[in-house]
Amino acid sequence: MNLGWALTLLVLFPLLGIVVLAFMPKTAEKSIKLVGFLATLPSLLLALAAYLHFKWGKDLADFAVTHDWIQFRGMNADEPYFSVNFELGLSGFQLILVVLTAVVATLAAIASKYVKKEWKGYYMLFLLLETGMLGVFTAENLILFFLFFEITLIPTFFLIGKWGYFEKEKAAYSFLIYNGLGSAVLLIVIMILFAKTGTTNIEILKSIMADPSAPLSGDLKLGLFIALLIAFGVKLPIFPLHSWMLKVHVQAPPAVVMIHSGILLKIGAYGLIRFGLGIFPEQFEKLATLLAILGVINLLYGAFLAFIQTDFKMVLAYSSISHMGIVLIGLAAMNEAGVQGAIFQVISHGLISALLFFLVGVLYERTDTSLIENLGGLAKGMPIAAGFLLAAAMASLGLPGMSGFVSEFMAFLGLFNELPWVAAVGTLGIILTAAYLLRAVLGMTFGQAHREFAGIMDLRGVEFIPVVVLTFLIVLIGVYPSVLSAPLQATLETIMLGLGG
Amino acid sequence: MSADTFQSINWSILTPEFIILGVIAILILLDLFMPKTLSRKILGWIGIAAILAALIFTLNMAGGPVRTILDNTFRVDSFAIAFKSLLLVGAALVMFLATSYETKAGLERYEAEFYYIFLSALLGAMVMTSSGDLITLYVGLELLSIPSYILAGMRKFDSKSNEAAMKYVISGGISSAIALFGMSYVYGIAGSTDLIEIASKLSMLADGQQAYLLGLAFLMIFVGLAFKISAAPFHMWAPDVYQGAPTPVTAFLSVVSKTAGFVIVIRVLLTVFGAAASNGPNSMPIIMNMQDYIAVIAGATMIIGNVVALKQSDIKRMFAYSSIAHAGYLLVAVTSLSANMFYSIWFYLLAYLLMNLGAFAVIQVVSEKSGSTKIADFAGLYRRSPVLAVAMGILLISLAGFPGTAGFIGKLNIFAGAFAGDPHYVLASVMIATTVVSYFYYFGVMTQMFFRPAEDESKFNLPFGIIIVLIVAVAGSILFGLMPNLALDFMNNHLDILNDFFGQ
Repeated sequence: MNLGWALTLLVLFPLLGIVVLAFMPKTAEKSIKLVGFLATLPSLLLALAAYLHFKWGKDLADFAVTHDWIQFRGMNADEPYFSVNFELGLSGFQLILVVLTAVVATLAAIASKYVKKEWKGYYMLFLLLETGMLGVFTAENLILFFLFFEITLIPTFFLIGKWGYFEKEKAAYSFLIYNGLGSAVLLIVIMILFAKTGTTNIEILKSIMADPSAPLSGDLKLGLFIALLIAFGVKLPIFPLHSWMLKVHVQAPPAVVMIHSGILLKIGAYGLIRFGLGIFPEQFEKLATLLAILGVINLLYGAFLAFIQTDFKMVLAYSSISHMGIVLIGLAAMNEAGVQGAIFQVISHGLISALLFFLVGVLYERTDTSLIENLGGLAKGMPIAAGFLLAAAMASLGLPGMSGFVSEFMAFLGLFNELPWVAAVGTLGIILTAAYLLRAVLGMTFGQAHREFAGIMDLRGVEFIPVVVLTFLIVLIGVYPSVLSAPLQATLETIMLGLGG
Repeated sequence: MSADTFQSINWSILTPEFIILGVIAILILLDLFMPKTLSRKILGWIGIAAILAALIFTLNMAGGPVRTILDNTFRVDSFAIAFKSLLLVGAALVMFLATSYETKAGLERYEAEFYYIFLSALLGAMVMTSSGDLITLYVGLELLSIPSYILAGMRKFDSKSNEAAMKYVISGGISSAIALFGMSYVYGIAGSTDLIEIASKLSMLADGQQAYLLGLAFLMIFVGLAFKISAAPFHMWAPDVYQGAPTPVTAFLSVVSKTAGFVIVIRVLLTVFGAAASNGPNSMPIIMNMQDYIAVIAGATMIIGNVVALKQSDIKRMFAYSSIAHAGYLLVAVTSLSANMFYSIWFYLLAYLLMNLGAFAVIQVVSEKSGSTKIADFAGLYRRSPVLAVAMGILLISLAGFPGTAGFIGKLNIFAGAFAGDPHYVLASVMIATTVVSYFYYFGVMTQMFFRPAEDESKFNLPFGIIIVLIVAVAGSILFGLMPNLALDFMNNHLDILNDFFGQ
């Protein structure tokens, strides 16, 4: 059974929404928002269908699709000098990321109801961003990956720069330049691989690189891997490359931060796992200790700084840095538990940060502030919202029974096996995580009330959808991790095979 | 020449040139005899029709064997057809811009002159693509340059336009002279002006002293031509001239003139110095020895173009530096001398033509309305005219080289060439790094258009010519970005540049 059309449709469907939106009057706020939301649904349904397809024991390879795309000719007119195909596909790892993307995108479309102006442009960019993200996770060759990767940059730039808060333009610029540099480095890696091997297909590249007679020297491979690390290190972000991401978290509109923190940062992790670990396993092994240390630095640095922030958005931004440290820690372990923990952390953090930022959006909409101090006494004014906030914070600090715990546990389990001392230092971060999250959340929910909550509505109507769905998924992964581990099984096995373990 | 020899010459391969020449004559006569009160717009449309006719005849010649006349001074090979079509497409779009050009400075009185002087310049560029001889090459170059000087000074009563013309004449004249001096060395050693004959003579060159002299000739010719393509450090004239000249002329200089510049760079450097032996027969050709010099110029051009563009507050000056930067990218392709060099240069020029002319269409509309060429005039364009702003946005994204646009495929192609064979890591890295720098100024215009409020909210009336240019430019940029093979297959199926280029 060939389902390639379904995958192509899944990726391109949001574009259809853009076309529909283009023909709508600018001022029809309600219907624009409705269409914008509806346009995310087909991809979500297709993604869920793909998950069920897998669940029912069918092969994910059914979704592979290949078309001729670009052929450049050179010396000999009959023989392509090089060619790039349009190749999409799904593996277990990609599948869960696609599902995550589709879910978060739909929920973010709901959260976009707070957008105050120029809805039409907003939703068109939003849908373009969704296509870009879905494409990134399904692309089967590096050029196509790069194309979708860059497609995510442009809408995000505009979404931050136009609909963000006070210092939005600065945030948009620093997003563009950091990510532009990251992708520039990535393009160099891609083109060198292309020129040396004549292909950009990821699976073929994996097997070429595993072959000792490959036309690449060890030094070149190491150089390429370090470049790759920088490229995705900007995106993840890894410690010294993170400043842009703080600005984006604080300045972008909450719905965009849901996407950004929930998915765009994950492209960094995805790239490190799929390309770093997949194509350069030996080089990854060489630098594993460095990565583990970088991971611990991320974890501790993020946690320490989160502890002293007064703005809840900044707490969450540093918490994202801290949590991405756990991804690095898991990857650096290079064993099954570690890698699985890293991937779990990717998904889990995607859901948790989407939930937290949705709540930030809800609070900001009602109170015009996200300062912890100004939100004190929230439990009295908005008990339901405060409850979910607490739940999300618990998930984030790794309370057993929720997704955060599973991922942190496995990542550290992996690293303790390989580098116990580094891991031991890293566990300090877990304590700190609990400390800063509780400080922030308790300060808001039960802290001293500096304001009247009279006339401020609690969660209502559609606002329940994102909150309930995300909380449900977080708990689901926490109590029944095999929803994730089953699809990941095959992916992990291939990675382990590549590592020779 | 007897009547028989005259008739035996296959004049038909000159059809496109004859069409343009004929229309120039017709336009001059019409201008002379038309009543003063009648609008000269019609002459512009005749010019466009002529260019399109010439384009059709040029494309018709694709796929045939190499045809030469007049002792190989004029040749129609795949290279000529490919680049001549580019020139004609670019020229047609510039003409559309010109028919929509309204200015308070009173260009109307000279509007007809603009059309036929412009066509003369085009004729020169066309001759350059087809010349197989240093003499025709130089004549073509001058036929392009001299009308260009006049065009730059078209706004007689505008002091900036005058300054532009003056600077252009002086720097252009000097550069032509330097290139010509270099060519004289080549003639002195090879004893011929026929490019192919020069190539075959020089490949047998046994004397090391003469190779040294040829190296000098190479540098002189390259420096002279670097002026024409506005490569650093010979780019100083470009910003002033671009700023001072009327917008359609700026568009012409940045696209058609630059394309012609690359045509002559490739013709001369590759045929002559690609064959000339550096150290006795069968040794490395001189151009390989000189690769590093081209690389340095390419790198400097990209860095200077992109970095200086950051500080510009005038949109035309900014585009001048941007076009300098693009010349640098193209020089990367020349440096790498890879097998797909012709393809990558051709495709890049095509992409560049579309995105740059489209951008100039928007610039022309906006600056006519505001009466100045400040970047700040673009503030709030999205509110004033969403269509114009989105079109400009797409073109800027293409200029910045984001995927999904023709600009990206062009860069990718050049990039692939730079890594193939003997990889040029440093040069490719400079290219990528400066591309990121270029995001700053391209997105600076975006910020103005989309984020800033407008000073006056007045709407735009888009003239027909502008609409045509915008549709072609935007559709082309996206289409060739998503399906580059539409253009590349034309090259692949009909043109065999590599085989034709060096053959008789």
